[in-house]
Amino acid sequence: MFEALSYSFLQHYWWAIVSLLGALLVFLLFVQGGQTLIFSIGKTELERTMLINTLGRKWEFTFTTLVTFGGAFFASFPLFYSTSFGGAYWVWILILFAFIVQAVSYEYRTKPNNFLGQRTYEYFLYFNGAIGTILLGAAVSTFFTGSAFTIDKMNLTNIGSNPAISYWVGPAHGLEAALVIQNLALGLAVFFLSRVLGLLYFFNTIDKDVIVERSRKSLLINSALFLVFFLFWLIRLLFLDGFAVNPETNVVFLEPYKYLHNFLQMPIVLIILLLGVVGVLYGIAMPLLKKDGTKSIWFAGTGTVLTVFALLLNAGYNNTAFYPSYPWDKAVIDNTEAINAFMQSSLTIENSSSSQFTLIVMSYVSLLVPFVLAYVFYAWRAINNKKITEDEMEGSSHVY
Amino acid sequence: MDGLDLALVNWSRAQFALTVMYHWIFVPLTLGLAFIIAFMETLYVRTGKDEWKTTTQFWMKLFGINFAIGVATGIILEFEFGTNWSNYSWFVGDIFGAPLAIEGIMAFFMESTFIAVMFFGWDKVSKKFHLWSTWLTAFGANLSALWILVANGWMQLPAGMSFNPETARNEMENFWEVLFSPVAINKFLHTVSSGYVLASLFVIGISAWFLLKKRNQVFARKSIVVASLFGLISSVYLIVTGDESARVMAKYQPMKFAAMEGLYDGKEGAPLVAMGFFGKKSAESQREEFAVKLEIPNFLSYMAFLDPNAFVPGIKDLVHGNPERGLVPYEQRIANGKIAIEALAAYKNAKKAGDEAAAIEAEKVFRANFKDFGYGYYYQRDIHELIPHVPTTFYAFHTMVILGGWFLLMFFLALFFEYKNKLENKRWLLWAMVWTIPLGFIAQQTGWIVAEVGRQPWVIQDLMPTIAAVSNIEVTNVQITFWMFFITFTFLLIAEFRIMFKQIDKGPSQA
Repeated sequence: MFEALSYSFLQHYWWAIVSLLGALLVFLLFVQGGQTLIFSIGKTELERTMLINTLGRKWEFTFTTLVTFGGAFFASFPLFYSTSFGGAYWVWILILFAFIVQAVSYEYRTKPNNFLGQRTYEYFLYFNGAIGTILLGAAVSTFFTGSAFTIDKMNLTNIGSNPAISYWVGPAHGLEAALVIQNLALGLAVFFLSRVLGLLYFFNTIDKDVIVERSRKSLLINSALFLVFFLFWLIRLLFLDGFAVNPETNVVFLEPYKYLHNFLQMPIVLIILLLGVVGVLYGIAMPLLKKDGTKSIWFAGTGTVLTVFALLLNAGYNNTAFYPSYPWDKAVIDNTEAINAFMQSSLTIENSSSSQFTLIVMSYVSLLVPFVLAYVFYAWRAINNKKITEDEMEGSSHVY
Repeated sequence: MDGLDLALVNWSRAQFALTVMYHWIFVPLTLGLAFIIAFMETLYVRTGKDEWKTTTQFWMKLFGINFAIGVATGIILEFEFGTNWSNYSWFVGDIFGAPLAIEGIMAFFMESTFIAVMFFGWDKVSKKFHLWSTWLTAFGANLSALWILVANGWMQLPAGMSFNPETARNEMENFWEVLFSPVAINKFLHTVSSGYVLASLFVIGISAWFLLKKRNQVFARKSIVVASLFGLISSVYLIVTGDESARVMAKYQPMKFAAMEGLYDGKEGAPLVAMGFFGKKSAESQREEFAVKLEIPNFLSYMAFLDPNAFVPGIKDLVHGNPERGLVPYEQRIANGKIAIEALAAYKNAKKAGDEAAAIEAEKVFRANFKDFGYGYYYQRDIHELIPHVPTTFYAFHTMVILGGWFLLMFFLALFFEYKNKLENKRWLLWAMVWTIPLGFIAQQTGWIVAEVGRQPWVIQDLMPTIAAVSNIEVTNVQITFWMFFITFTFLLIAEFRIMFKQIDKGPSQA
């Protein structure tokens, strides 16, 4: 059935799948956000244990989604994988490092004889929550702002000299991009969003009044900070010169208001974005306005998925370069020729995708996704059908 | 960085080796222990006896401790293909990415979803649903092994693809050839059965310790019965698939085969070196010479080709060629590879200039020489770089085989004495069982050393060597991350050991 589809359609289909996985990942970062709240929301050991255990039942979903997001990106857009991971080395290594220390922390935290001590594992969780979210957000922002790299596949024919096809400018290997204000703003927005979602998840799963009360207070400040950073980023985005591609010549050029144009030229994407933003705001407002916030995570979560999905579609669709190359170095900023040369290395869904055959194969695999979502949902309900209580922390066979 | 930075290549290799070897401490145990737990829980559900539940939960606790660090050390590997081997990621990403993505979608989600039910569901879901979850966790873990080993098998024997000069990369043409390549299937079966053996050794060794301490004896004997049956069956299977691997290797990776036997001069009716030790490397011939060796006549020929008189090529035949046997010397393959690489450049230039006729001609030349593409990068380099490190490969192979033989014997002895009701009195055997646990881990590592060191310098057999695969970063970065991972993983390993020992000491009743 996928054989009948055009190459371009398959590329768009796979960009949508990768975007959806990325969007689900941002929602699932509630685990990371929650991890940064264990000290401020949990004042006693027992309270912290409750928070960590409720997050601990979900951490593997986030982790698995990250890995699958990486794998799917590799399979469908390998040139991105090659260029970004090999170039922005430090950003990705630090993100991964943050997830490495997370993976053991739940299981080892309260086990006797755990070598590093309970507090260290809690700091690991905090580190994962802070560094993982900020750097992921900043990395995604470079999809709109660009990083400085060049690609020349013919380097493969260098015998006796360096055959690497891509070259990343600057020794910081991606960290320089994380410090650009626009990118940092999205990093912080994702950080505070993940905390907001973490708090909403606490409302959903914890049966203890004092935690709910503290979470409500914390929600106000975290939501405010999220909105400040996110709106700053979004509004600036709409006014940015974006990286457009001429579909006839494949030449990449700067187009004023490109991302705004994309939303206007793809009204469905705009509607998804607006629905998403409303969902997030409604999910935040629920517990702030009335007492019970149990269901608010589902509104804010769905809203998050829709918002991120729309933003990523905006980055890749409508003749846009989703991973642009742009020399941020001030020395070349006036040299239009040099800038133009860099921009031609930008990645688009056309020039970075897998072959048509591989995309067809992977499209068959993608048919498994609804099935996977169904059993994830089923198992989630089976485990979360009752809220976590203090008693459970003492009587159960497996406690983190 | 204009020139080739060999330090960068070597540090990148070291980092990959470090991270993958750490990862492989934990994964095979997960693969096998998951099934052992599932058997035990099945016995619990069928008999309704609480002692099976206690037994299941004890091993499940150890499983969880091991699983967490397996996950921690695993995430870096998938991304290292991009971070440290970015050229590789482009050159074969069209094929290699697919199994990785499928692994995530099919296997990791299954594993992580049902593992949560397995750990937290005892009082929340029905007995049956819980049992299903345990089985699905085991299937998920083994399914993930399938996909990553398909990916590894493909690197050893690239199949089902062709090079597209337009995009300058290999592209998939036949998914089933990738999935069912003889190397991939064999590797999967051999690897998972090795995991079952390791897990059996682990369960038996710990249970033997309980018997030696005269604690929890019912639990320990039940565990030994389940594990030694599972171990014995898996061991037989392990040997069969290992034997098959040798033939696949002799056919597709003759250099690895020669290196693991230290065979320099090819011969008919080649003997198998059952065990040997190298003396000094000969400066003149550049050979590793045996100081002592014990040989079984004709056995290597039989092992490789099921014919005691068959010709097995040695390292010299492969490097310098053997016209009688139709073996092309590496000098020639390097020349061919260089022609292929230059034809690719010519093709691109012709395309750019709009000269279709020249492009067609260049493509023809390219296709005719593509099978030696990777050798071209060795033009004007030392030809010995194309030979894997012989002693490492040799010792690793022989250690693995000898240990494998001991494991089979031990499973048999365990069952035999347990059947005779005499196991508790055989203290020497019980101690041997305890000390076989580390041997199991050594066998795992040495097995992979044969597979990976033995195929150096290739990341993709004959098509891409490590020197052409590495990312374009300054070596200092990789040195820093190497030590970062080394320190972190070592700390986590110490933590894992200490937690594990403590939990074992606590025993099943309080688990």
